[in-house]
Amino acid sequence: MEKNRLPCRSVVTEKMKDMLKRIPEQIKRLAVVIAVIITGVVAIRYFILPSSLTDGRFHRQSTVERETAKNIVFAGATICGNCHGDKAEKKKAGYHKTVNCETCHGPAQSHIENPANKPAMSGGRDFCVFCHAYDQSRPTGFPQINPVLHNPLKACITCHNPHDPVPPQTPRECSACHAQIASIKTVSPHALIGCTSCHNVPEKHKVSPRSVRPTKPDTREFCGKCHRKESDRKDAPKIDLATHGERFLCWECHYPHRPERM
Amino acid sequence: MNRRKFIKNAILFFPAAGVFRHLLKDAQAKPGNGKYDPANHLYGMGVDIGKCIGCGLCIEACKKENNVPKEPFFCRTWVERYVIKRDGSVTVVSIEAQKEKPRAEETDVLRSFFVPKLCNQCENPPCVQVCPVGATFATEDGVVLVDSKRCIGCRYCIQACPYGARYLHPETRTADKCTFCYHRIVKGMLPACVEVCPTQARIFGDLKSMASRLVRFTRINKIHVLKPHLNTEPKVYYAELDGEVR
Repeated sequence: MEKNRLPCRSVVTEKMKDMLKRIPEQIKRLAVVIAVIITGVVAIRYFILPSSLTDGRFHRQSTVERETAKNIVFAGATICGNCHGDKAEKKKAGYHKTVNCETCHGPAQSHIENPANKPAMSGGRDFCVFCHAYDQSRPTGFPQINPVLHNPLKACITCHNPHDPVPPQTPRECSACHAQIASIKTVSPHALIGCTSCHNVPEKHKVSPRSVRPTKPDTREFCGKCHRKESDRKDAPKIDLATHGERFLCWECHYPHRPERM
Repeated sequence: MNRRKFIKNAILFFPAAGVFRHLLKDAQAKPGNGKYDPANHLYGMGVDIGKCIGCGLCIEACKKENNVPKEPFFCRTWVERYVIKRDGSVTVVSIEAQKEKPRAEETDVLRSFFVPKLCNQCENPPCVQVCPVGATFATEDGVVLVDSKRCIGCRYCIQACPYGARYLHPETRTADKCTFCYHRIVKGMLPACVEVCPTQARIFGDLKSMASRLVRFTRINKIHVLKPHLNTEPKVYYAELDGEVR
């Protein structure tokens, strides 16, 4: 085996030498030049260039600078009052105190740089209903109207001052604000019972609805007027007040605006 | 000057110029008084779901401030409408898509609400981990930015974001996302969406300042974040978050 292999190896080396010889002289020289360039680049990149030049922090810094240099479009809530103090002062006390000027008037940075550029005024029914159209997903108590039924075709600002929005007159019907309850009640057995037969509504509730609240029946006897066994109302389902859910008020279990039919 | 000397000088000149430029930059960056120092800030946002009325003005303001394309489906921030029915079914619609039409009234609704969403500016951002060219990174003040000159538009980060907060900008063909309006906040202003929110459902602030509105918000509310099991440590804090919200 050994004897076989040795001549074989020498044959290989000889063939390789032959091949090297056959490579043209100019190619060999070119290879040397390329090798020198590659070592040069590697040496510069890893040994000569300071590490700070290849650090990622600098391209990040330039991104941050580019990001910081971007144009501002919205001027911010506080600056409008510098010139339009009367409006800002009025708004501060009203229901729109959390609404910034630019929420309705649109971006105003260009108006600050040059007062001749008036910010776009968004008015009309199309805009106010973004917030104030009835939507069942909106939080309870947020003032909402049905844009189809609520004074159709009339601009909102003819009755409501957007800087201090209050209804022009206090609504007489409870349903003006409590539309959802009113619509539930119309199809219920309690449809013909007025709101005020159960709720005692202080006059101040119409002005400050949140802080002055109407009362709710606070005794079982109140519902018992119609629903206890001894009552002479024919159409009301009867229960025995002494044994039926004695520890609770009626409306803690039964929803009075749509009581279950018996 | 002979040839040998010229080559020697030339070899020395380029790296030396680099080093000098660098030193000069460093010297200029020495803190002047009142200069913004990112190390002193860490930004976050609070969202009060109980206050959101789904008006969509934040989406519009964001598009105006940040030149986000007007067509639908490209948003840095968006608002989802959740409708949970009595039978337990949940429908989620992005309200941007149906702004023109009045929203359909559903029956048999158990509860329904709006959830504003945006980039969570994670402390541990999955999008940064997957970027093959290092184009996206978190700044010292806690905002994840995209270097639009490095981004190759491969969309790995869009896939990796568990909150769906990124999109490919159709003009630049690079990834784009909410930056908390970085150009505004470094100047002490509020992000555009916070600025226009009519009910103050969005609260912006500095987590490193105990006096900031955001710290107060996280103190007085019960706070939850989106997908906490992913350990991304989001910096958008939700109050009154429903268990159905994903």
